[in-house]
Amino acid sequence: MYKSSILKSKIFTLLSKCAVFLMLTAFSQTALAQEQHTEHAEKAEAGTEEKFNVSETILEHIGDSHSLHVLGNTHIALPVIVYTDKGLEIFSSAHLEGHGEGHEAVVYNGANYNYAIEKNKIVVVNQEGAVDEAATKTLYDFSITKNVVSMWMSIIILAIIFFSVSAAYRKNAGKAPKGLQSFMEPIILFVRDEIARPNIGYKYARYMPLLLTIFFFIWVNNLIGLVPFFPGGANLTGNIAVTLVLSVITLIVVNLGANKHYWAHIFVPHSVPKVLWPLWWVIELVGIFSRPFALMIRLFANITAGHIIVLSLISLIFVFKSLAIAPVSVAFVVFMDVLELLVAALQAFIFTLLTALFIGSAIEEPHHDAHH
Amino acid sequence: MIGSIAALGAGLAVIGAGIGVGQIGGKAVEGIARQPEAASKIQTAMIIAAALVEGVALFGVVVSFLGLGN
Repeated sequence: MYKSSILKSKIFTLLSKCAVFLMLTAFSQTALAQEQHTEHAEKAEAGTEEKFNVSETILEHIGDSHSLHVLGNTHIALPVIVYTDKGLEIFSSAHLEGHGEGHEAVVYNGANYNYAIEKNKIVVVNQEGAVDEAATKTLYDFSITKNVVSMWMSIIILAIIFFSVSAAYRKNAGKAPKGLQSFMEPIILFVRDEIARPNIGYKYARYMPLLLTIFFFIWVNNLIGLVPFFPGGANLTGNIAVTLVLSVITLIVVNLGANKHYWAHIFVPHSVPKVLWPLWWVIELVGIFSRPFALMIRLFANITAGHIIVLSLISLIFVFKSLAIAPVSVAFVVFMDVLELLVAALQAFIFTLLTALFIGSAIEEPHHDAHH
Repeated sequence: MIGSIAALGAGLAVIGAGIGVGQIGGKAVEGIARQPEAASKIQTAMIIAAALVEGVALFGVVVSFLGLGN
């Protein structure tokens, strides 16, 4: 098959060398994390057996984390990057994470402050171990977390797919599509003919890159989140910060690209009696923000709910502590996962469709009715 | 009381979703029965409307998440 230019490019080889280097440095800290864990496992066996806490496990799996869980007890510790008012601090999260239940906060003595993890957030602690609220507020946390790694991975996958396809188009100009190109073509045409053209009108070509990016970014990240083992399984589109950014992009594109008629309809609506104009302004201004807000919540809640259902069904096995429930549980989980495949594609489609709808309503020319 | 009020709230939101999506599905099936040639258009409209109604129900679920810890 045609080897696309991206796979031969210098940047790709450079990026893959960086990735290998980062992986090696991360693994060098894994040994430390495992030592802590075996110490702790001995303590746990000596004491009573702890009850399996379902909601804690579920919340841990759908949330973000400072380490990648590879298999069993192996974790890859990710760098913690914290910008304090005294400067930048970078250290491996292996210094902070204790794996296993009941582990008290491990304190790391950084150059500027002492850090610990509390409820998955980096906080500043003083000498005795109490949380220093004022200093914690000055922290900017830029850590590479599980979600960031997952996002980079999906970006690399998307870049490889789409650079290959565009290189194939250049090579096969005028000829029938082959291979990956012929797989992506119906999907891209679907976005153009079912989403962009009907909703945006004749200026749809300007917005195609945005719509394609949103569609494939959300779809690929949803799919990666469904994979139960490393390197998948990070709940990226179920992270409300990520969906917030996507909906802010929609907000910006819709409102900065809007034409006069859009703003005129909001501020100077002719078909509404003038007495009601202040009420109209309130409703319309709230509407400008509530539509992207709904986009954000819809994507976040759908994906997170799917993950929670699957995790709850698997947790049934641990709650009942018997292997007999495993076939039932796994059957339900497989059914839910197939449904989640549909939801992954559907939510990407709905987000893109609504974005196209909002863009279309912002740039449409007014029809000339009798009362205007 | 076993469980929490947050779970009750989520359950009530799901009642709304069930009724809404059920209505959408029923009307869509009726429409297809009346005019089978329009089946694919009706199906697309049904899926879009179902996703929007589910979005509203999930607002309720998200608010109950916020009430979980308390």
